Amino acid sequence: MRWFWIDRFDEFVRGKHAVAVKNVSLAEEHMHDHFPGAALMPNSLVVEGMAQTAGLLVADAIDYNRRVVLAKVAAAEFHFDAVPGDSIRFHAEVLDLKPAGSLTKVKSTVGDRVQGEAELFFAHLEPGEGVPQLFEPQELLRWLDQMHIYDIGRDEAGQPLARPDW
Amino acid sequence: MPSHDEIFEKVKAALVDALGVDEEDVSPAATMVGDLGAESIDFLDIVFRLEKAFGIKISRGELFPEDVLSSSEFVANGKVNAAGLAALKARMPFADLTKFEANPSVQNFANTLTVEDMVRYVQSKLGG
Repeated sequence: MRWFWIDRFDEFVRGKHAVAVKNVSLAEEHMHDHFPGAALMPNSLVVEGMAQTAGLLVADAIDYNRRVVLAKVAAAEFHFDAVPGDSIRFHAEVLDLKPAGSLTKVKSTVGDRVQGEAELFFAHLEPGEGVPQLFEPQELLRWLDQMHIYDIGRDEAGQPLARPDW
Repeated sequence: MPSHDEIFEKVKAALVDALGVDEEDVSPAATMVGDLGAESIDFLDIVFRLEKAFGIKISRGELFPEDVLSSSEFVANGKVNAAGLAALKARMPFADLTKFEANPSVQNFANTLTVEDMVRYVQSKLGG
């Protein structure tokens, strides 16, 4: 089992912004106990979806050369809970990108309502800086394909995003 | 060149955002780690915010010299040696290291940097 909290990318512009979708379903096991008879998506997992959207945006911008780790949630605010049947859209924007880290802003929306907002700070670690390699490049590429990044992604010049040759 | 107070206000805003502390907690004498609870990753965040607020460029290790503090050349038995102290002073002319010199254990360093040191650092970057 993998920790996927986004289903698909709808927009992806290298180093700039991305929009990903998460469909909330009662089939997700954690919903059964959170809470019985009143299922809702925990906002901690909304933050995880935000982090996956923004984290892949940042990792792509640095050619996946470093490990992008969510280092801190600098600010987060939620306005209502997402429930089964909702489609959450995560709108991520890169505010600042440097070799050692990046600052991003992510908004989650359901329909035209803003569900949550957060500033996420990522550290970019060199191999050997304390985080083990968690998966093989081929495996990552399969996930990126699954998320449709190379179907809809664009580079800085507006050209289709080149799929890496791993 | 902005005044000391103008710099302090911007530094304060950066620290409030980065550390989630209240404005009244950010006094010039407050220590970054002990009083404001900054962790190592926060220094990276603070660097981002100061660069943006002041339009300056901060190199890695300039504000928080983790490379000196983790070097076997400069640290022995958990204490910074004379060469290490000289390296810290050269690297951080904006910081008052007098207290740290009295007991230069690496652990103490975290509690040495104050908000006023941050202000002096920015002043030095702005050429004042």
